[in-house]
Amino acid sequence: MDTTGTLFFPPGGSTYAGDVDSLFYFIYYASAIMFALVIGATIFFIIRYRRRQQTGKTYGKDHNFALEVTWTVIPTILILIVFVWGFRSYMRMNVVPRDAMEVKVTGQKWFWSFAYGSGASSVNELVVPVGQPVKLLMSSRDVIHSFFIPNFRMKMDVLPNRYTITWFEATRTGEFDLFCTEYCGQGHSEMIGRVKVLGEREFSEWLDAGSGPGQGESLVDYGRRLYTSRACNTCHSIDGSANVGPTFKGIFGRQEAMVAGGFITVDENYIRESILQPQAKVVAGYQPVMPTYQGILKDRDIDALIAFMKSLSNE
Amino acid sequence: MAATITAPAPNYLNATKGWKSWLLTLDHKRIAILYMVAIAVFFLVGGVMAMLIRLELLNPGRDLVGANTYNKLFTLHGAIMIFLFIIPGIPAILGNFLLPILLGARDVAFPRLNLASWYIFMLGGLFALYSIITGSIDTGWTFYTPYSTQTDTSVVSMTLGAFILGFSSILTGLNFIVTIHKLRLPGITWYRLPLFVWSIYATAIIQVLATPVLGITLLLLVVERLAGIGIFDPAMGGDPVLYQHFFWFYSHPAVYIMILPGMGIISELITTHSHKKIFGYKAVAYSSLGIALVSFLVWGHHMFVSGQSELAAMLFSFLTFFVGIPSGIKVFNWVTTMYRGSIVLNTPMLYALSFLFLFSIGGFTGIFLGALAVDVHLHDTYFIVAHFHYVMMGGTVMAFLGGIHHWWPKMFGKLYNEFWAKIACGLIFVGFNVTFGSQFILGSQGMPRRYYTYVDQYQPLHAFSTFGSWILGAGFLIMAVYLIHSLVKGKRAGSNPWYSLTMEWETSSPPPTENFIELPSLTHGPYDYDKVLPINVEPDGKPAKLKEAVS
Amino acid sequence: MSQAKEFADETGQEQAGAHAAPHHHPANLAHHFSDMAQQKDSAKMGMWIFLLTEVLLFGGLFCAYAVYRAWNPEIFHNGHAFLDVTLGTINTIVLITSSLTVALAIRFLQVNKIKLAVINLAATIAFAGTFMVIKYFEYMHKIHEGQLPGKFYTFEGMEGTNPHVFFSVYFLMTGLHGIHVLVGIGIITWVLIRTIKGHFSSEYYTPVELTGLYWHLVDLIWIFLFPLFYLVG
Ligand code: HEA
Ligand code: HEA
Ligand code: HEC
Ligand code: CUA
Ligand SMILES: [Cu+2]
Repeated sequence: MDTTGTLFFPPGGSTYAGDVDSLFYFIYYASAIMFALVIGATIFFIIRYRRRQQTGKTYGKDHNFALEVTWTVIPTILILIVFVWGFRSYMRMNVVPRDAMEVKVTGQKWFWSFAYGSGASSVNELVVPVGQPVKLLMSSRDVIHSFFIPNFRMKMDVLPNRYTITWFEATRTGEFDLFCTEYCGQGHSEMIGRVKVLGEREFSEWLDAGSGPGQGESLVDYGRRLYTSRACNTCHSIDGSANVGPTFKGIFGRQEAMVAGGFITVDENYIRESILQPQAKVVAGYQPVMPTYQGILKDRDIDALIAFMKSLSNE
Repeated sequence: MAATITAPAPNYLNATKGWKSWLLTLDHKRIAILYMVAIAVFFLVGGVMAMLIRLELLNPGRDLVGANTYNKLFTLHGAIMIFLFIIPGIPAILGNFLLPILLGARDVAFPRLNLASWYIFMLGGLFALYSIITGSIDTGWTFYTPYSTQTDTSVVSMTLGAFILGFSSILTGLNFIVTIHKLRLPGITWYRLPLFVWSIYATAIIQVLATPVLGITLLLLVVERLAGIGIFDPAMGGDPVLYQHFFWFYSHPAVYIMILPGMGIISELITTHSHKKIFGYKAVAYSSLGIALVSFLVWGHHMFVSGQSELAAMLFSFLTFFVGIPSGIKVFNWVTTMYRGSIVLNTPMLYALSFLFLFSIGGFTGIFLGALAVDVHLHDTYFIVAHFHYVMMGGTVMAFLGGIHHWWPKMFGKLYNEFWAKIACGLIFVGFNVTFGSQFILGSQGMPRRYYTYVDQYQPLHAFSTFGSWILGAGFLIMAVYLIHSLVKGKRAGSNPWYSLTMEWETSSPPPTENFIELPSLTHGPYDYDKVLPINVEPDGKPAKLKEAVS
Repeated sequence: MSQAKEFADETGQEQAGAHAAPHHHPANLAHHFSDMAQQKDSAKMGMWIFLLTEVLLFGGLFCAYAVYRAWNPEIFHNGHAFLDVTLGTINTIVLITSSLTVALAIRFLQVNKIKLAVINLAATIAFAGTFMVIKYFEYMHKIHEGQLPGKFYTFEGMEGTNPHVFFSVYFLMTGLHGIHVLVGIGIITWVLIRTIKGHFSSEYYTPVELTGLYWHLVDLIWIFLFPLFYLVG
């Protein structure tokens, strides 16, 4: 990500980002001035009235109506300004434009999946066209998550029992970070995705391409691509190191002890089952936290993943 | 402790001996010391965890602990610091010790209840400890459902612990309210009360009104986990967000339980050490009550992005700002109090000034968060972490440390090493700003909180922050050393080393068990520095003039 | 909630604490109070504040009740049909009478009729016991039927989505109230014993009075629970 942008903010990328920033800086400077007054006066008094020699009785006046009114009224005016400004921009961020294109966002431990009107889908990578309002219809499969794109100054919780809705309009193409900001367990800090803003044409091309192996892409390579694009890598390593889930290194044909007891040799059907009904057979020593990929992975994708896992065993 | 201190007259420390005389004491001053020991330990534990947190965040990826351990670390750090350190902290230690003395009373209204509160407090601590041993807890100190009902860590014992601690808090508050109403010495009218008492009073009201709601909330959470009654479980027709409303209905007022006593201390420190009548006594007194009142109406500002209705968001945002006004009034009055005073920059005063500096920053950043559109961006980022450390650590803890240094001679009859005290204060002030100042930028740049690892662009600022935490730790270490040294072989303190006019300084240091040998004169109010000159009776019994106060 | 005892206790005989007071005063006066009046006021105020916290404790649950009722009205409508109104009514009467008897007990103490006071306190305990017995049978029946909170709910005979919600709220609120009744029995027994021992008389009976206050509150809460669950549907 390019690191231009101000001291406090990453470069903005949505229509309302600028508005948020200017309100932020308004409060910032207003506070800075008042802070300077408070601390300035303090320092002045300390120096001026520092106890030097023995003291007697001190000045006893403890009231000054004019003064007290001023420091009640001025702050009140300021906060009223801030309140109104903040509320109006907030409404702009919440009222979805009618012509907005809708994307269904699903949060679950610990990745994001996106479904587009055209039937295309993606995981941990939200792809949107530039200069067009995008409405996010969001829900969670397990606990509360929160959908945060710093560059867009946009954030909304994702709840298990109801839909939450928000929107944005990207003002420039590029790639941006996407974080989960509601604590959701072990993988919370890895529940990170990317937002790809494409030009009109690239975007429609991307939609048509949908998923599936690209031209001349071998099944294994496609599987390897899914391994990251479908977030298997958040829980499964391919270098043999244990993670949330067992490593894929040499997984195919491996003997696995089951929580239920007994052993299983990993074959095509078992892998398929592990992907579609993960909780059916749980590997000993692991939590049954793997989410189902029912509806997210098509048969072709699963074949590719199996091929990919085999390739990891042959090495 | 009792052994190490030998004052001329028999005092509350050496009146009776043996551990029993401590664990069964009904003397509010000894109970205060009991709290002090326990709370210092909890603070140490919470602080050490903080150090580990910072160490882990030095680089992205795993530095010394894995994700699960990290999640437990910040949860415990938060829970311990909130429920076992900062909420009981000032009322239970300084409040207990000073309140009766400042009212000219012999003890609090219900001494036995007071001791009971301590035992209940320790019981709550034990529950927390039990939870830590049995798998600990990884929900964050907010225990949000549904995660908290699903995680397999030991949530129940921790929440029960918090529930019990709530009880201790309620009983202390209740005790104080009655004491202030009924046990004032005839002649001590409400407007002759030191402002510390007013702030304790406002705090007690919140404790009594808000804590029961936390109690029932945590109880519901426990039942939910044990019996799966589905109150907060979406799968069973419950609503997780309802939990958030319940939780914040307590926990927002709770933040003023944390700050108000600190504000009370600041009023005392600034008047005494600038030898000046408080500016706008009534304004400062009533602003405490004002804050207490408004604090019950703003809880929703923690939930601006949780899908609550725009109307609710608007109301909560609006009310949130209005806490700023009374807080502001206090700040301005304190500053004006120093005008034409006679200011000594000794350790307590330095802490008071740090408070002014840090709390203002913390408070102003609260205004950022109250502004709806801005909060949407900042919510659950490090900006929040920075905000609440500035108000809690930079506000309450600074006031607390100031208070400890201010009343230390009274509590133990010993002076501490002024030089090292100043060094420690400086280190803490600098270290604090390095640690948390950088986190404001981290947050608005988008760094989410409760992250055990993070994307590379945040690394430099995280490293900076971690570096600051080392300075901070060093400061506290020095403090621990010179305070303990003072207990063992500190110089004996006179009755009134700061030349203050509040009543606790009229009795000997440390005070006798009955607080006053002969009842205080009441010839002047607590802040009449324009009318009378305080004197200090040295341990050898000679009255000392003000001049010696200048170091 | 046994803190109610604490307050009453505070005002009990002067105990040899860590420090005995150097000055002399009435036997029942704790050393740190200047006179009986001050002591009594303090105790009373303490109790009132404590009751306030109790109200707030239940207040939380009443909120929950309101919320869940608003969300699934039909459940609450169907649900109340499964509660036994007659038993509920009996219990209500029983509790109200018990409130009356404590009141009487206090009155008799004020006029030094210790014997009558003892009888009335005993009666109060008896009524409280009756209440719990009846509640026991109600609960047993529900458990038998499987009309239980959350995941324990096995009852078929009630339609509507999430019928268990009603019983969750029901058991939560009546349960917490039941606990308060039990605690109440404990405290009343304690003051009863002290009355028999002759600790109390017309010039000192604060603990009994405070116990009475607590008991009235427990009663009051039931007066709210009864219609909310048994009657309105
Ligand atoms: C001691 C504790 C304490 C105190 C005193 C405060 C004080 C304030 N807090 Fe803070 N707050 C917390 C502890 C505290 N807070 C904690 C722990 C959290 C996070 C909880 C969690 O999620 O883990 C939090 C979170 C928090 C949020 C939620 C952010 C989010 O999660 O999205 C908000 C939002 O409004 C907020 C606002 C405020 C405001 C407006 C004040 C005001 O009271 C500040 C008032 C003071 C001033 C304004 C400065 C002095 C005033 C002047 C010098 C006069 C001029 C003033 C004006 C012009 C207004 N706080
Ligand atoms: C009063 C409250 C309080 C205090 C004082 C502190 C103090 C500190 N806190 Fe913390 N903090 C919280 C309350 C507090 N915190 C809360 C509520 C959270 C949120 C948790 C959550 O998200 O659920 C949090 C979260 C939190 C985070 C964010 C974690 C995350 O979101 O991933 C971080 C990270 O930097 C942090 C750091 C620190 C540091 C470096 C200190 C330092 O200031 C600590 C300095 C103290 C010491 C180093 C102690 C050393 C003492 C001695 C050596 C001797 C003293 C003993 C005697 C005198 C006998 N805290
Ligand atoms: C949220 C973490 C997580 C994600 C994401 C995840 N898994 Fe898993 N997976 C697990 C865990 C934990 C286990 C072991 C317990 C079990 O068998 O359910 C597991 C087990 C498996 C197994 C059986 C492994 C063995 O050794 O028997 C296969 C195959 C598998 N996962 C495939 C996948 C694929 C393919 C993807 C991505 C499309 C994926 N997983 C995504 C957590 C995850
Ligand atoms: Cu999902 Cu945090
Ligand atoms: Cu708040």
